[in-house]
Amino acid sequence: MAETPGDLFLPRLLPLQEFFAEGNRGCQGCGAALVMRQVLKAAGPDTIVCNATGCMEIISSPYPETAWRIPWIHVAFENAAAVAAGVDSGIKVLRRKGRYHDRRINVVAVAGDGGTADIGLQALSGALERYHDFTYVCYDNEAYMNTGIQRSSSTPYGASTTTSPSGRESIGQKTQKKNLPMIVAAHEIPYLATACPSFPLDLMDKARRAFETVGPTYLHILAPCPTGWRHASDLTIEMGRLAVETGAFPLYAVVDGKLELSMKMDRRKPIIDYLKPQGRFRHLKEEDVEEIQSRVDENYERLLRRAELDAGG
Amino acid sequence: MGERVGLEVSLAVSEAVKLARAEVIAAYPITPQTHIVEELSQMVADGDLDAEYIIVESEHSAMSACCGAAAVGARTFTATASQGLALMHEVLFIASGLRLPVVMAVANRALSAPLSIWGDQSDVMSERDSGWIQLFAETGQEALDLTIQAFKIAEDKRVLLPTEVNIDGFTLSHVVEPIEIPGQEEVDSFLPPYEPQVILDPEKPVTMGPVGFPEVYTEIKKQQNEALLGSYEVILEVWDRFAESFGRAYRPIEHYRTEDAEILINMAGAMSGTARIAVDMMREEGKKVGLIRTRLWRPYPFDEIRNAVKGAKAVAVVDRALSFGGQGGPMCSELRSALYPLTEKPVVTGYIAGLGGRDITVENFQTIVEDTEGVLTDGPREEYKMIGVRE
Amino acid sequence: MAEDKPNWREYPMAATIHSPGSATDQNTGDWKSMRPERDSAKCDKCGICWIFCPDAALYMTEEGYYEVDLYHCKGCGICAHECRKEAIRMVEEGE
Repeated sequence: MAETPGDLFLPRLLPLQEFFAEGNRGCQGCGAALVMRQVLKAAGPDTIVCNATGCMEIISSPYPETAWRIPWIHVAFENAAAVAAGVDSGIKVLRRKGRYHDRRINVVAVAGDGGTADIGLQALSGALERYHDFTYVCYDNEAYMNTGIQRSSSTPYGASTTTSPSGRESIGQKTQKKNLPMIVAAHEIPYLATACPSFPLDLMDKARRAFETVGPTYLHILAPCPTGWRHASDLTIEMGRLAVETGAFPLYAVVDGKLELSMKMDRRKPIIDYLKPQGRFRHLKEEDVEEIQSRVDENYERLLRRAELDAGG
Repeated sequence: MGERVGLEVSLAVSEAVKLARAEVIAAYPITPQTHIVEELSQMVADGDLDAEYIIVESEHSAMSACCGAAAVGARTFTATASQGLALMHEVLFIASGLRLPVVMAVANRALSAPLSIWGDQSDVMSERDSGWIQLFAETGQEALDLTIQAFKIAEDKRVLLPTEVNIDGFTLSHVVEPIEIPGQEEVDSFLPPYEPQVILDPEKPVTMGPVGFPEVYTEIKKQQNEALLGSYEVILEVWDRFAESFGRAYRPIEHYRTEDAEILINMAGAMSGTARIAVDMMREEGKKVGLIRTRLWRPYPFDEIRNAVKGAKAVAVVDRALSFGGQGGPMCSELRSALYPLTEKPVVTGYIAGLGGRDITVENFQTIVEDTEGVLTDGPREEYKMIGVRE
Repeated sequence: MAEDKPNWREYPMAATIHSPGSATDQNTGDWKSMRPERDSAKCDKCGICWIFCPDAALYMTEEGYYEVDLYHCKGCGICAHECRKEAIRMVEEGE
C-alpha cells in the first residue's frame, strides 16, 4: 500500500540496520543505491545477493572495499538469475544433507535494467520457469548507466542516451520501454511488483512480501539517475515521485496472477511535469510530449481495466 | 572390489558422478554429451543420486549455476561439448578466477561453422587459457576414473580450481567398453564430502568477485596461476592414492614402446588406441617408433614431456584441432615451446588429423611417421601437414 | 608505493573480501561541494531525510534527531530537498 500523509512518521519504525554501507562509490543522489539500501532493510541479514555486472556491482565492490554487509557474489553480466538458481539449488541439497542453515535465507538476484531486459532476459526467464525459490530485483535506471548512459530496451521512448542520442534526424530512443513486469507476469510466478524508492514503505512492504513468498518472485524498481537522466542530484526522490504520479511508472503488484494497483490514480499529473526537469528529454517537442502523454494514459487505463477485472473475477 | 561391466563410456561418466556424490548438476543437452546428462537425470529421478538437477536454459547458465552452487559449498558437475563449451567461455575464466572447484566432462566435438556434431578437440583447445585443470581420457575406464579423481583434485585446499575431463566425442563417448565400476564405499573413502574453505554464508558475509583494479589484478592472476602450476603435485598425489585404492596407476604422459624409440608420436585422447596398433605394425617392420600420450594438458607437464622425448630424433605431434593462421596444432606448438630451452632436442613435426569426426586410421599414422622420416633426412618442408585432406 | 601493497601471497584467495562493509573506510564525504545543515528547532524527527539518503549518511541521535555523517555524505541535497519542514539547508563547503 502506498503512503498516505499519515505514514510520514513511519520511517522511524523501520529497521535501523544498514546492509548497504556508506562509503560506496555511487554518484551523488544515486537512486539505485537507495533502492539497494531500502530493499536490504526489508531483507535482513539472512540474505545472499547474486549481483550482475553493472552500477550496483561496480560501485559497491572495488577491492578491498565492499559496501555489502551480507554474503554477495558477482559472476558476470547476464547471469544473475542463473547464479541465484545455483545458490538456491546448492542450499536445497546441502540443507537435506545437514550442511547448511535450516532457517529461511533470502536468495536474491540483483541486476540493472540492462542486465535484465537485454542480456539477462534469458537467464531470468529460465530461473522463473524452473520455479527456483529466489527473488529477482531489477533496479531500473533506464539505460546502461555504468558504462556511460547507453540505451537499454528499458529506456523510455524519446529519451536521449549516448547510443540513442537525440539529433537532427532522431528523437532519441525510437522504441517503447520494454514491459518487463508483464513479461515476468507471463511466467505465472506467485508474486511480482513494481516499486519506487520515493515510496519507501510501499517498496519495503513489497520487498518483504517477495522475500517471504516461497518460489520465484520479482521486484521491478525504478532507480532515478541524476547522472544519466540529467537532473540535479537533489531531485532523485522527486523524479521517482513524479514518475509514479504521472503514470509513467505505475505501482502495482501481481499476486498469483491477479493485478493489484498500489495507488489508484483516476487523474494523474501531466507527463510534462516529469519530463521537463530531465535533460534526457530536453529535446522533445510539444507533439512528442503529447504522443508520450497519450501512450502513458493508454497504458495506465489498461492497467486500471485489468485491475478491475482481476478484482471482480 | 569393483564390478566389471560392458558400459557405454558416457554412462560410465554418469556412474562416476553418482559415485562421487555430486550435489548440484546444472546441464544443457548437446550432442554428443547427451547420454551423460540423461543418465544423470534418470539417476536423480529414481532417487539413486541425491542431487539437485538444474535443467538450465543454456550452457552459459549451466556454468553460471555451477558457480552459484559451488559458492555455497555444494559439489557441482556439468557436461558439455563444442558450441556449448564455447558459449560458456567467459564463465569458465570466472569459475577459475573465483577458485570454484566445478567439475566438467567435455565430449570433445568440432566447432561450427559449418555445423559438425562429430568429434575433434577444437572445443577444448579453444579453452586452453581458461585456468582450468584439463585432463584427457583415452579409454572408458579412464573416463570414469578421471571423473572421480577430478573432484578430489579440484576440491583440494591447495588447488581449488575447476577441473575438466575430456572424452572424444563419439569415438569415446559412445563406445561400449569393459569398465570396472568401483564400489560406493571405496569411492567414499577415497573421496570424502567437499569441505569448502570460503562460502556464501550469512553468518560470515564475504564479497566474492569484486572489482580488481590494476594495482591488484596482476597479483590475483599470479596467485591463480601458482595454484594451477602447484596442482601438478596434488594431481600426482591423487593418482598415487587412486592406485593404492583401486589398483590403476595414472601419469601425466603415458608411454608405449618408447624405450629405444627414434620417432615418437604424441597425441591426446582416443586416437591413441589406433596409434598403438600402428606402432606395433611399424615395429614389426623394424621401425623404432613409440607413442607418448598426453593425459595431463593443464597444468602442462613440462618435465615429463622433456624427459619423454630424451633420446628421440623426432616427435610427430598429431592434433585433432587446427589453430587457423598460426602454428596449426595447439599441442604441437606447445610441445615445441616446451622443448625450446633444451640444447639437445628432437625435431618436432606437426600433423592435423581427424577434424570434424573424420576417421584417423592406422594408415594415417604410418603416413605421419614416413613424413617425419622424410623431414629427418631432407629437413622441414612445411609448417605442419593436414592429413587426409583432398587437395 | 609498491612497498605498502600486499604481495601476491598476501591477498585473500580470488580477492574475496572478508570484511563486510569495508567501504566505510572510503571518505566519500570529500566529494561534496555543499553540505547539509540542520535546524533542530524545525525538525519533527519524521525520518524522511534518513530513509531517502542513498548513502545511509544520516544517523539517529539519542534525542531522535538525525545527524549527518559528514565523512560519508556526498552532498547530493536530497535530504534538504525532501524535508517537509525545511529544517535542512545546503550550504557551501568552507562556509
